[in-house]
Amino acid sequence: MEEVKLMKGNEAIAHAAIRYGADGYFGYPITPQSEVLETLAELRPWETTGMVVLQAESEVAAINMVYGGAATGRAVMTSSSSPGVSLKQEGISYLAASELPALILNVMRGGPGLGTIQPSQADYFQATKGGGHGDYHLIVLAPASVQEMADFVALGFDLSFKYRTPAMILADGIVGQMMEKVILPEQRPRRTDEEVRAQCPWAACGRGNRDHKNVVTSLELDSAKMEVNNERFQATYRRIEENEVRYQEYFTDDADYLVVAFGSIARICLKAIEDARAKGLKIGLLRPITLWPFPTTRIAELSKQVKGMLTVELNAGQMVEDVRLAVEGAVPVRHFGRMGGMIPNPVEILDALASNFDELKL
Amino acid sequence: MKEEIVIAGFGGQGVLSMGKILAYAGLMDNLEVTWMPSYGPEQRGGTANVTVILSDAPISSPVLDSYDTAVVLNQQSLDKFEAKVKPGGTLIYDPSGIHRLPGRTDITVVSVDAMTAAIELQNSKTYNMILLGALLACRPVVGIDAVLRGLKKTLPERHHHLIPLNEQALRKGMGLVGDK
Repeated sequence: MEEVKLMKGNEAIAHAAIRYGADGYFGYPITPQSEVLETLAELRPWETTGMVVLQAESEVAAINMVYGGAATGRAVMTSSSSPGVSLKQEGISYLAASELPALILNVMRGGPGLGTIQPSQADYFQATKGGGHGDYHLIVLAPASVQEMADFVALGFDLSFKYRTPAMILADGIVGQMMEKVILPEQRPRRTDEEVRAQCPWAACGRGNRDHKNVVTSLELDSAKMEVNNERFQATYRRIEENEVRYQEYFTDDADYLVVAFGSIARICLKAIEDARAKGLKIGLLRPITLWPFPTTRIAELSKQVKGMLTVELNAGQMVEDVRLAVEGAVPVRHFGRMGGMIPNPVEILDALASNFDELKL
Repeated sequence: MKEEIVIAGFGGQGVLSMGKILAYAGLMDNLEVTWMPSYGPEQRGGTANVTVILSDAPISSPVLDSYDTAVVLNQQSLDKFEAKVKPGGTLIYDPSGIHRLPGRTDITVVSVDAMTAAIELQNSKTYNMILLGALLACRPVVGIDAVLRGLKKTLPERHHHLIPLNEQALRKGMGLVGDK
């Protein structure tokens, strides 16, 4: 039987990365995700799987090391928290433009600026709308439990290699710092050089017996060719939108109202909804697991069933825009948020539902 | 069974580790467990608190606005959490440094002089284990054996010789409640 362990979300990320057979981690410490690097340093995977773990001199250096490792076809990752992820944006845009797979973890803290170390979801726009310059998307996964922190390492890497585009795990300080039960995946071997050459024919890992040399770059000064590149990126994004939308629903069968929330906040909403259901209020919950691609189609369907929707977010109202785009004015879509590291409790969420929708007043 | 517990005090009093040991004991008893700390600079000198939930069903929110049981180790924590104990719940406090006593009459209030007990054991580090013993005497959500199995599993071998002292502290804490 698999062993059940108790650990923090950040620790689970480190264990899962080693067990995935990741080739490298490059990072720079910042609260609330420093345990990722600390745990990797403690586990010393360079002595077992051969995985490289390196504390870079800065976030900018770390993301460029990721670019270098990814260009050779290797499974590489970085992690940081909001201010550090802002620093990485140039490198992330370059990764997207060079069609490189990579995994980036953001354990969000309150901003803007240096802000606070307490939990936040205020980087939703940055993660889902590009973040760096140019027309690109990341595949964005939003874990709500320590188990999902562990599971999304493999999912993120796999999707990233499948579509040759960077993936992000967008977590928050709660799921990073919280300890829960987790079942870790089996240890997989790192891919051999031969496997990398076979699976990543684009990789710049030495010419070998190829009849051409691979060049990885985001630069293309011929505008006609650069437009073709952009069209190819967009075609990839359409395929991802068609195939990779993930979400979880609770109590939506008979729901008159819908709460939409992601990450650990969805669990606080679930508790509020369980309390509301006990009082006879028919409220459902949709938790997007992929924030990009967004579950637009399903939310549009639910807008034909419910009388109103509320997003609950640790920000001033970001995902609410995507919900409104999905609903296209069919029903009112309201937002309730806390900012700066404050976390709403279930009672506040019920109050927000009641103050936005008269029918939900008790 | 579901028990929602907050433990709060000064950073350095062993608040977070007490919660962690309780969470591990829950794991040993095959319960669902969440351990949600306050994190950051308050770990050293400021006020620290941790929410531990033990349940035989999946746990939704790791963040709570009311608790079945609160263990408070300083005046600020008493002021903050006394009102958040559910009616019928339990409030355990250490009287050292408390100048305003708890006033609720709809909950069980238990005073545990863990500081004096730790001095009697001649080891101030046993402080949080004495409190954990007191907590488990009031709210037997996990057994002492589960706590000890959890310690054995999580402590590095070189610290295993400290397990008997921890057991002594747990039992002393239980005794402090039994006396009342």
